[in-house]
Amino acid sequence: MSSNLVSILYLISAFLFILSLRGLSHPESSRVGNILGIIGMIIAIVTTLMFKNVLSYTEIGIAILVGGFIGTIIALKIEMTALPQLIAAFHSLVGLAAVFVAASALYDPLTFNIGEIGKISKSSLVEMSIGTFIGAVTFSGSVLAFGKLQGTISGNPIIFKFQHLINALIFLFIIVLIVYFVLTQSTSIFWIIVIASILLGFLVVIPIGGADMPVVISMLNSYSGWAACGIGFTLSNNLLIITGALVGSSGAILSYIMSKGMNRSILSIVLGGFGGEQPNQNNTDNSDKIVKQGNAEDAAYILKNADSIIIIPGYGMAVAQAQHALREMVDLLKKEGIKVRYAIHPVAGRMPGHMNVLLAEANVPYEEVLELEEINHDFPMTEVSFVIGANDVTNPAAKTDETSPIYGMPILDVEKSETILFVKRSMATGYSGVDNELFYRNNTTMLFGDAKKMCENIVKSL
Amino acid sequence: MDSIVNHSSEVFVIGLTVFFLACVIGYYVVWSVTPALHSPLMSVTNAISSVIIVGAILAAGPEGFGVSKIFGITGVILASVNIFGGFIVTYRMLSMFKKKSKAKKEQ
Repeated sequence: MSSNLVSILYLISAFLFILSLRGLSHPESSRVGNILGIIGMIIAIVTTLMFKNVLSYTEIGIAILVGGFIGTIIALKIEMTALPQLIAAFHSLVGLAAVFVAASALYDPLTFNIGEIGKISKSSLVEMSIGTFIGAVTFSGSVLAFGKLQGTISGNPIIFKFQHLINALIFLFIIVLIVYFVLTQSTSIFWIIVIASILLGFLVVIPIGGADMPVVISMLNSYSGWAACGIGFTLSNNLLIITGALVGSSGAILSYIMSKGMNRSILSIVLGGFGGEQPNQNNTDNSDKIVKQGNAEDAAYILKNADSIIIIPGYGMAVAQAQHALREMVDLLKKEGIKVRYAIHPVAGRMPGHMNVLLAEANVPYEEVLELEEINHDFPMTEVSFVIGANDVTNPAAKTDETSPIYGMPILDVEKSETILFVKRSMATGYSGVDNELFYRNNTTMLFGDAKKMCENIVKSL
Repeated sequence: MDSIVNHSSEVFVIGLTVFFLACVIGYYVVWSVTPALHSPLMSVTNAISSVIIVGAILAAGPEGFGVSKIFGITGVILASVNIFGGFIVTYRMLSMFKKKSKAKKEQ
């Protein structure tokens, strides 16, 4: 195949990838978008198989079948609540694949037209080592993020002395290694770069707490794109460069949106230390404040007599798998002619858009699920706010208390509605460790218990 | 790439141009994605970033067996897991997003 034809086919494939992202601007066009993405990928793979030095079809075919089989099984079996872990695991594979491609380019540069062994051009070596570095960091960072989300590793931030200094030194060490590698083309230096980068990836994610995971996943998403870009530069492959840049900027924008949703700079999240289940030290004594408790029957009564209800789901709903029971409850309320809508905070859940997927899974039509800016002005006209598994995103301290760690974070104006129902397991604080004054208000009723059981009991009482 | 590529600074600058323009396109396209679909956005970008399989296929391409080829084949396996897994999980997610009328019918 002529190199011009290859370039054109790669261009078509890149264009289809852009369209597949564009499709996600609306749920209706998104499904077509996904198909276009698949077609783009098929074109890219078939085009590459037509290269004249690609001869071992059996091995490649078996490799694709094995990988494809594993991927298909995982994707079909995964529970939607476990999506964040799955995405983290997938990111780690992209990172690792980038390292392997870079390694094979180093061991067999002739195949890639970047020179001979020991005589690879300097620019290729620089690009190769940057791609390897980002790929290896993505790999180990994602593995750790996976562990934290899955619960294999504690989600609490792990902090030790001189953490940032150690990270900075490792980073400098890697830069020195890269320079040395470019000058010597030594394969052993290459592997030391890989190991040092893997170590750095672990150390970078270790201080970041569970609740900051939406940002971490988005950032790793971005890194996996930049790794692909680095390899694209090494192999002078425009398709890889374009796709890598698309993925890289997508992850970067998501990280930005997430950190904005928490009113924290990306830098402070990366430096870590926030977002575990720390004991709350900054709490005043609340024992004298009165908390109004209720049970499922009380809640059913309040809900039934309302005209309009807004439901605020949070990570607790996902943990309790309460989305289906919640939707059943809402169906009954809607039959009574009550207007029910859902309000989603940008950082609800453990990954961007997680709540929307869970509600969609429970058959909630997407028109009823609204974003913070779309629904926030409706709270004053709302009779009941039903908060299920969320906490910090409703805390008015974010607007009033300048000393609060969550000050400045955009919140859902739940306090403006007439009545607030809080489904929670206990009085415990949210990830920020800040007490929520809403719990002590006259118009708040606390519903203690498992989110799923509570919804089921409300359904029974309706 | 069948013709010999002279990996000079010129090639790098062309790559840089492509990279820069792709970032601009990425910026505008991603901002137009509705926040409700941010999870599928992550899984689909995950799937397409596995286009790195192109490099792995080239590495696995030559006949015979060498270290480079083993790396290539491993790369193909890893990227395939992602391609199939990423697109299928995206499909599963997107097929759950329904309009009011459709959601009612399926209940």
